[in-house]
Amino acid sequence: MSIFLDRSSRVVVQGITGRMAQFHAKEMLEYGTNVVAGVVPGKGGETVFGVPVFDTVKQAVAATGADTSLVFVPPPFAADSIMEAADAGIRYCVCITDGIPAQDMILVKRYMMRYPRDRRMVLTGPNCAGTISPGKALLGIMPGHIYLPGNVGIVSRSGTLGYEAAQQLKDHGIGVSTSVGIGGDPINGSSFRDILERFEADPETHIVCMIGEIGGPQEAEAAVYIQETMTKPVIAYIAGLTAPKGRTMGHAGAIISAFGESASEKVEILSAAGVTVAENPSVIGDTVARVLNKRAA
Amino acid sequence: MDIHEYQAKEILAKFGVAVPQGALAYSPEQAAYRARELGGSRWIVKAQVHAGGRGKAGGVKLCQSEHEIHDATDDMFGRKLVTHQTGPEGKGIYRVYVESAVDFDREIYLGFVLDRTSQRIMIVASSEGGMEIEEISATRPDSIVRSTVEPAVGLQEFQAREISYALGVPTALTQQMVRTLQGCYRAFRDLDATMVEINPLVITSDNRILALDAKMTFDGNALFRHPHVAELRDKSQEDPREARAADRGLAYIGLAGNIGCIVNGAGLAMATMDTIKLAGGEPANFLDIGGGATPERVAKAFRLVMSDENVQAILVNIFAGINRCDWVAEGVVQALKANPVDVPVIVRLSGTNVEEGQKILARSGLPIIRAATLMEAAERAVTAWRNDSKQNTRMRAV
Repeated sequence: MSIFLDRSSRVVVQGITGRMAQFHAKEMLEYGTNVVAGVVPGKGGETVFGVPVFDTVKQAVAATGADTSLVFVPPPFAADSIMEAADAGIRYCVCITDGIPAQDMILVKRYMMRYPRDRRMVLTGPNCAGTISPGKALLGIMPGHIYLPGNVGIVSRSGTLGYEAAQQLKDHGIGVSTSVGIGGDPINGSSFRDILERFEADPETHIVCMIGEIGGPQEAEAAVYIQETMTKPVIAYIAGLTAPKGRTMGHAGAIISAFGESASEKVEILSAAGVTVAENPSVIGDTVARVLNKRAA
Repeated sequence: MDIHEYQAKEILAKFGVAVPQGALAYSPEQAAYRARELGGSRWIVKAQVHAGGRGKAGGVKLCQSEHEIHDATDDMFGRKLVTHQTGPEGKGIYRVYVESAVDFDREIYLGFVLDRTSQRIMIVASSEGGMEIEEISATRPDSIVRSTVEPAVGLQEFQAREISYALGVPTALTQQMVRTLQGCYRAFRDLDATMVEINPLVITSDNRILALDAKMTFDGNALFRHPHVAELRDKSQEDPREARAADRGLAYIGLAGNIGCIVNGAGLAMATMDTIKLAGGEPANFLDIGGGATPERVAKAFRLVMSDENVQAILVNIFAGINRCDWVAEGVVQALKANPVDVPVIVRLSGTNVEEGQKILARSGLPIIRAATLMEAAERAVTAWRNDSKQNTRMRAV
C-alpha cells in the first residue's frame, strides 16, 4: 500500500503534446508508471511515445480505463481540464500547472463538490511537483531516483524542498511510502490535513515528514488534527523565518497576512501539538532518522 | 498587482459604488486647477502611492483655498512618502488626487478578501471604520462582521442586508449599502481581484454612503484576461530591481542583509535565507530562478544579485533533480567567467550527479567555495563575508 498511487494506477496525461509534458511523460514511462493515455483537444488519434492521444478525458477513460490524471495544461485552460477530469470519473488528479488564477481554483473546488463523496475526485496541486510512490509509480516532475521505497510519508508545499528532504532520507538509507506535493498556491486541491489523514490510514506509512512554509492556515489546521487524532509521529520543517510580512515569496500562497501564518508561529503551533520540528533544512533527514531510531528502541 | 486609489475608485464607480467627486493632477498647478473645476471651498489632496497609512505620513491634506492646494501638493510631488507599509525607502509621489471634502457622521470598514480557510471570497466589515483592520481586530474584535460568498450563485441580497443591519446602517440606507456591497463583490469577481478595501466607507451628513478611500489588488495570474487592469501597473511604485527581475521571469525580493542568494524553488529559497540567518548572517535577497537552472538564468541571477551594492558574498544553492549538477555547475562556471564577481561565491549543489558537479567547480580555477549541505554553505558564506568585509577596500565592478 501507499497513498493515491501504485502499480495498478492507470494514468492519463492531459496536455501530453506540450514540450515539457512530453519530457515528463517520458520520464514517468521510464520510471515504470502505467501511462495509458494522453488528452489534447483536437489531437485525438495521435500518439506520444506510443501512448494514444484522445480529444476528451471521457474518451480516454472509456478506451483505456484511466483512473488517474496528470494535468500539464497552460494556466488559462488548466481549471477547465481539472473539471473535465472530475466529470470523467478520474479518481485522483495531480495538477502541475503554476499560475492558475485563484478564482478559477475557487470554481474548481466548488465544482468538485457536485459529486457525492464516494465518486469525488481527489486533487493535489496545482503548482506542485507531483506525487510519487517510490518503486511503483511517479505522477509529476520530480526526479524519481532520489526516492527510496520505504515507510516515510512526505507532504510538502514546496517542490525543491521536498526533494531536499527525500535526498537526505536516501543518504540515511531511509525510504518513502509516498511523497505528495500539495503546491504553493493559496487555494489548492488538498490540504496538509487531507494528506495526513491518508497517511494515518496507510499501513505502509510509519512516520510523516511535513514541509510547510509561511502563509495560509493549513499548517495550523494540520496541528489540530495531529494533536487530536494522529497516532503516527510527525516531523516538520517550516520555511520562511526570515520572510518579511506582507510580501509574496515566490509562491503565490507564501504571504503572511494573519496570525498563525508566520514561520515562527507555525513552528510554535506544531511543536505544541507534539510535532518534532527540524530547526534547519539540513537536518530534516537526521531528525527523521532520530525519531525512527527512538521508535525502534 | 496594486493600483492607485483613484484608479480603484474609477473601477468601483463603474460597478455602482458611490465615490466623492475628484480629479487627478501631475503638478501643483494642475492640482489647483482641478480644485477650481470641482468647485466648492474645501478639498482633500491625497498623494497617490501604493501603500496604506498615507494620512499619518503627511500624504493626505485638507485644503481651503487654491493656494493651500498649490503649497500642499508642491510639498508632495517628487518626495518619497514613508508610511508604516512602505519600508524606510518610501514610495515616490508623482500623482496627486484632489477630491471635494465631505462631511460625514460615521465611518465603516469594508474589505473583500480571498479566504483561504473557506476557499471562497469573504466579506469582512466593521462599524469601527477609519482604523486599520489589524487595529480593529485587536481593539474591537466584536465589531467585525464576516460573510463568505457561495461561488456558484454569488453574493445574495439577503447576505448584503444582513451585513448592513449588523453594521447598524440606518434602515433608510439599506438599499444603498446593498448596492455598495454588490458593486464591490462584482468588481472583485469580474476583474479577478484578490483584495478590495474601502476604509472608510462613510455615511455622509446628508445621508449618502460614499467610499472615501479605496484599495484594490489584482491576481497577477489572471491579468492575461484583463488587459485594461494590467495597463494600470505603475512601475514607479515598485522596487526597480524587483520590477527588472519580474520582467526577466525571476522572482526577486530585496532585503537588508549582505549575503546574496541564488536558489531554485521558492521553498528552498526561503529555507536558504533562514539558514543564513541561523548561521549568523543576514540574507540580501530572496531569489527563485525556477526549476530549470540554465546557464543564462544563472548568469542573469548573478547580475541581478550583484546590482545590490550591499552584497558582500553570494550563496548559490541548487537542487538539480531533472537537470544534473554537472550541467548546473557548467552554468555557474560560464556565468562567472563571463561576468566575474568580486565577492566570495559559495556554491552548494545537491541531487543528480553531484560529484561530477563538484569536480567541474573544483577544476574551473575560479575561487568558488564549495559546500555539501545547506548549513555548511551558510556557515561558509557568513565566514567568507566576515573575512571579506574586513578588507573593505574592495572596488565594485559595475
